[in-house]
Amino acid sequence: MTATVADVRRRPSTRRITARAVLYALLIVLALIVVLPLVWMVLTSFKTDADAIRHPYSLPSPFSLDAYRNLASGQQPILRWLWNSFSAAAIQTILILVTASMGAYALARMEFAGKKIVFGLIISTLLVPPVVFLIPNYLIVQNLGWLDTILAITVPGAAGAFGIFFLRQFFVGLPLEIEEAARIDGAGDFRIFVQIVLPLARPALATLAVLSFLNNWNDFLWPVYVLLSPEHMTLQPGLSMLQGAYRTHFAIVMAGAVIASVPVLAVFAVAQRQIVDSVTGAAVKG
Amino acid sequence: MARRRRRTLTAYLFLAPFLVLFIGFVLAPAVYGLWISFTDWSPFRDVQHFIGLQNYADLFTPGSTTSADFWSSMRATAIFVVASVPFLVVVPLLVAVLLNQKLRAASTFRTIFFAPYVLGVAVVGLIWGYVLDTQSGILNHLLHAVGIRGDIPWTVDVPWAWVSLVGVTVWWTSGLNTVIFLAGLKGINSELYEAASLDGAGRFRSFTNVTLPGLRPVMLFITTTTVLASANMFGQSYLLTTGGPGNDTRTVIMYIADQGLSQNNMAPAAAMSYVLFAFLAVVSIVNFRLQRERVEKRRTR
Repeated sequence: MTATVADVRRRPSTRRITARAVLYALLIVLALIVVLPLVWMVLTSFKTDADAIRHPYSLPSPFSLDAYRNLASGQQPILRWLWNSFSAAAIQTILILVTASMGAYALARMEFAGKKIVFGLIISTLLVPPVVFLIPNYLIVQNLGWLDTILAITVPGAAGAFGIFFLRQFFVGLPLEIEEAARIDGAGDFRIFVQIVLPLARPALATLAVLSFLNNWNDFLWPVYVLLSPEHMTLQPGLSMLQGAYRTHFAIVMAGAVIASVPVLAVFAVAQRQIVDSVTGAAVKG
Repeated sequence: MARRRRRTLTAYLFLAPFLVLFIGFVLAPAVYGLWISFTDWSPFRDVQHFIGLQNYADLFTPGSTTSADFWSSMRATAIFVVASVPFLVVVPLLVAVLLNQKLRAASTFRTIFFAPYVLGVAVVGLIWGYVLDTQSGILNHLLHAVGIRGDIPWTVDVPWAWVSLVGVTVWWTSGLNTVIFLAGLKGINSELYEAASLDGAGRFRSFTNVTLPGLRPVMLFITTTTVLASANMFGQSYLLTTGGPGNDTRTVIMYIADQGLSQNNMAPAAAMSYVLFAFLAVVSIVNFRLQRERVEKRRTR
């Protein structure tokens, strides 16, 4: 950064302007590559099927809501999927926040018999690829009678080691003094945890919440296999079914993609700083 | 003594909710899966027999029912890893370097580049399934417009299917590695760049002598996670090529899921997942060693 500032003093400014122009041009081209498929998705969703096939890259003419109407009256309950996706991601996120924060607090602050073994076991599973759990967890979920229910896509996925590992790191870094002062005032462990530690941990909890929500929202393989009936599906397996059902009806398929992506992109637009910081924070520190 | 026992009890009460989940859905399945892989487990049979390493031996015996398909899916996975990882590391690195120049719209560009990542693979599959469609896809229409005819079979023939799978993955996930690299770049001490430029280093020299060494830890993180992510690829093939043509782009995750959950060959599939685990562990260790050696070599030089 500073190097460029130092360079600039020695170089003629026309060269600098050209360099800037090239830089911006490059970034704009890259941004177009990212954005154009999305623009095209939206445009196509407002076409008729015939128009979509005959004039793939022109503006919709006539402008038509047929695709959305067909989708609304069709067999595929896409708004239901949206709701299912949202509630599954929310439930799993809450489950992770509650269980991981309590467990991480014990691992960070308490001395107890078996602590090293428990922590070691949890950490060692961080390295195991998820496919190892696929078949046995399917059988477990089946035996519990959870197949095709929201339990299957919320509970097993909340058991991962990442959350507890991440929060433990954060708790270890908190100053001890406040907790000790509260203890002298006679507060019990649970009260200290809820009233003092959790409020201090808000940024870490928010990061974990964002990561957990995104993770569940985007999960594909597991819901494809454990959700069976259309009304219980989430967006990811639902959309792949939609693609199969309307193979050549591109306008309808794109309308489905629009409905699925608008809420996510809207949330992202509002909370992008928080989301990006969460992802990078967990990567750089964790 | 009683006090210590009470402390232990309190700690386990705090840990209990997590441990219930952890034991039920991580530890138990890890052991259960291993057990299944040593048996002739079948959902159509009441009793299963312990058959030792037979399922594993089958995988390494040419001509057995599973070995050819398993290894061809391992090959497909390896092709995808080798073809995608360089792009998934280099493209985000270059974009991050561009974004790290003092720009007025840097955060807007960052937001745009990251956006596809939040869409999820299903939406990405729908959009690109249409873009890449051989007859009606916009890509072939655009190529026609600039004079390239002959309808490229983007998703239905190799090597084009690989180009598509890699391209779509780069489009979808580059933003993630970009923002991580960007955070790494911000962490490099700017005095190092000043020193380099005082020594007469140009942009390229300060990139190779300051930026790259400064990014070492981030680079290790990114290459490791990217290799693992590519080795676990499933959705792109499932949605765009359905593993085709033939089974050329059927990845190992796709094959394990299909064998275990659709074909009810759960015992061989469990064995395959452990073989894959062993492979990935070796790859991770080698990657870690290589990168650490490079760091050490630099230090001694």
